[in-house]
Amino acid sequence: MEKKKLTKYIVSMILAIIAIVIANIVLDNYKVRILNLCFIYIILGLSLNLIYGFTGLFSLGHAGFMAIGAYTVAILTMSQETKQMTYYMKPMVPFLESLNTPFLVAVIAGGLMAALFGFLIGAPVLKLTDDYLAIATLGFSEIIRIIIINMQSITNGALGLKGIPQKTNGTIMKFLNDNFDIGIKPSINLLWAGVASVVTIAFIYLLINSSYGKAFKAIREDEIAARSMGINLFKHKVLSFTIGSFFAGIGGGLLAVSLGTIDPTLFKFSLTWNIILIVVLGGMGNIKGTIVSACLVTIAMEALRFLDEPLKLGFMVTEAMPGLRMVVFSIILMAAVIFKRDDGSLKSALEKVRGRYAKN
Amino acid sequence: MSIQEFLQHLVNGTSLGSLYALLAIGYTLVYGILRLINFAHGEVFMLGAYIAYYGLTLTSLPWFVVFILASIFTGIIGVLLERLAYKPLRNSPKITNLISAIGASFLFQNLAIMLFSGRPKAFPAPDILTGVIIMRGVSINIISLIIPVVTVVLLVILNTVIKKTKTGMAMRALSKDYEAASLMGIDINMVVSFTFFVGSFLAAVGGVMWGIKYPQLLPAMGVMPGLKCFIAAVIGGIGNISGAVLGGFILGLGEIMLIAFLPTLTGYRDAFAFVLLIVILLIKPTGLLGEKTAEKV
Amino acid sequence: MLKINNITMRFGGVVAVNAFTAEVKKDEIVGLIGPNGAGKTTVFNMVTGVYKPTEGNIVFSPSEENSHSLSTLSPDEIAKIGICRTFQNIRLFKHLSVMDNVFIGNHLRLKSGLLSSVFRLPNYTKEEKEMYDKSKYLLEKLDLYEEKDEKAFSLPYGKQRRLEIARALATEPKLLLLDEPAAGMNPQETQELMEFIRKIKEEFNLTIFLIEHHMEVVMGVCDRIYVLDHGAHIADGSPNEIQNNPKVIEAYLGVD
Repeated sequence: MEKKKLTKYIVSMILAIIAIVIANIVLDNYKVRILNLCFIYIILGLSLNLIYGFTGLFSLGHAGFMAIGAYTVAILTMSQETKQMTYYMKPMVPFLESLNTPFLVAVIAGGLMAALFGFLIGAPVLKLTDDYLAIATLGFSEIIRIIIINMQSITNGALGLKGIPQKTNGTIMKFLNDNFDIGIKPSINLLWAGVASVVTIAFIYLLINSSYGKAFKAIREDEIAARSMGINLFKHKVLSFTIGSFFAGIGGGLLAVSLGTIDPTLFKFSLTWNIILIVVLGGMGNIKGTIVSACLVTIAMEALRFLDEPLKLGFMVTEAMPGLRMVVFSIILMAAVIFKRDDGSLKSALEKVRGRYAKN
Repeated sequence: MSIQEFLQHLVNGTSLGSLYALLAIGYTLVYGILRLINFAHGEVFMLGAYIAYYGLTLTSLPWFVVFILASIFTGIIGVLLERLAYKPLRNSPKITNLISAIGASFLFQNLAIMLFSGRPKAFPAPDILTGVIIMRGVSINIISLIIPVVTVVLLVILNTVIKKTKTGMAMRALSKDYEAASLMGIDINMVVSFTFFVGSFLAAVGGVMWGIKYPQLLPAMGVMPGLKCFIAAVIGGIGNISGAVLGGFILGLGEIMLIAFLPTLTGYRDAFAFVLLIVILLIKPTGLLGEKTAEKV
Repeated sequence: MLKINNITMRFGGVVAVNAFTAEVKKDEIVGLIGPNGAGKTTVFNMVTGVYKPTEGNIVFSPSEENSHSLSTLSPDEIAKIGICRTFQNIRLFKHLSVMDNVFIGNHLRLKSGLLSSVFRLPNYTKEEKEMYDKSKYLLEKLDLYEEKDEKAFSLPYGKQRRLEIARALATEPKLLLLDEPAAGMNPQETQELMEFIRKIKEEFNLTIFLIEHHMEVVMGVCDRIYVLDHGAHIADGSPNEIQNNPKVIEAYLGVD
């Protein structure tokens, strides 16, 4: 890559981080929370786009890897007292109960843990293709969830974990208030998720434009041709899947911290589905698109909350209809795939005819 | 374990297996023709149960009329589902179809939450079907005996339809070679609609019987059975009807026997199907009765 | 260089290739011909590891001192030891640029690991530059450099065929398999193709094994020819011998 381009990217990264710092100070608590979620969903969207959009592996197991990241981070950051209080049904394994690491270490550990599982799961299932792969990864994700429900002494089972310490910018704000007397309330510290998402974007971008990334795309385009060009399909698929799982784990860990509470129902298939929505709307193998759609979906999820509550339509008020929000979202996703087809039926029909004659 | 207990588990396993088989057939029929996992099939099953619920509570029709009408009505919903969500995508990549199917599944689930509320509803099963009979110390729910009988009757009818009728033959032709069959002047849309009708009808029958056996309706009640029955279809060899039935029974019996013999694994009951799926996919990806197809280069 | 010993390929009850034996020597251009469905592409698929022969074996000796039995290797390993191919029904990476298509052909020789590639460490950037230069050289040689940024599927048919060859050359093969390189070409393009094949053979020091339907291509460039019919070997020899072989004439009668 040319030097100029590199400088440009480094400068924009620095600018992005500065913008995050400013947003953190300027925006109110509610907006900061949504922005924080946007960053997390960018990480998650990109991680699935690497697996599905760039490498062509349709995985439905993302929620499983997020769960692993989330539980790892929660267990590593909760204090011993909180753990003793939370694990009231069945005490926690003593070793884990006393285990406590700094936040950064915990998040990276969450990513590595998810990557490890991604590797272990990927190695057998990536021999499958298409919908078989989809259903096998979905199966693994459910197995992970069921194991989490059952391993009470480690995960607290169905009760979930509460009191995961949130990262606020209290210290910075206190410093600012003490010295400049601007009187802002502390909020979630955006820097963690913000920097993580900037780093993820940079990593995925660099990966995709490297020789390995091109090999991933070759696999997506045509496995048989890629194999004949000497690309070891299995190795590259496992690499892509493992890296994707790593970032899913990071995203899951950050999500746990931003929510403060996690339990196994959070990591049901519907969570994976939200991320598929982001990838499909943003475009397969499109980094910018993923970033935009991650933000749009997150904001829309929040903004459309009113749909689940009683609606005021002019003079009449409807009853509360929980579920309406997700109905709207389901329709958006289906409309997106039905109307935004890359190969319109006409074009692919033409190709078929041409293919038939070209064979002879 | 006493012999009585064992027999009881056997009856339970068989009736659960029959329900799985009914649902698995829908997956396998659709997959055989369109190579599509109809992800919303579990939700069709759920709708069948809810429609029967409303038929029983809102009308004064006799229960068997309600059940038949509800199944037909659900069959029509299946046809509409295909027309709206899958037909526009027939020439698109497989995965696009799968995404649309997942979307449809969520749509149905949330529509159900919206329309029927997310709170569980008790299924008003007719008394005649909810009794228990005790034979030599084995107590058996009547419905557990009815389910396998209904399933077998439906299977025999289905088999006749597929083997003897013109539409049935067209179905077989399409699943054997879609392109060739479509060139032979088979009305694909009609056959696909018919397939969805049959699959959804069977799912609704399953849903109604499920409602009687486990008398609680929830909008998410179709998710687990849906996934498991797809797994059953894969285990048996997707696209193959006998395979779907076999897979259904293996799963149903296996699940019940697993918790009967190893009660410590009760919490892992739902994982059983997934573990079995992965084992089968890795050992024999085409399923127990599936045929092998070579990829063309 | 390539020895095919008595290979048989069965799909269920169908025998696609039956006890076929052939040899390709270093620096030769060998043709494989036969009517439609004779099993030619199946032979290529066995040589490149896509199918494993039901019986028989294939030995590849890129040099005197080392030789490999191909039946134990996977397609990517076979590409690594120096056999690369093109496809009958072009299989380019359609939505990627012309440049990327050729660049990917280099990937199998990449030594840098994933992390040094992502972080653009010096060992990777050096390799990447070499790969890029080599791809550029190949595209120039094959007269495709002008189109380097276009998507592969947008190229005209003849250029797609050439791009497929460029991509295969990027893997640095010793033996190149061409599956119907002249398919869909007009007589003039076919003429050019023949010269092109001779040119790349000299330029890249190749041995070539090709399947072709166009008789003038086969007769024009091949040193030796094998003829398959219904999966069985029916003749081999120089173009002249083949042209006058009654069995070959019979196999082709009424077909082409």
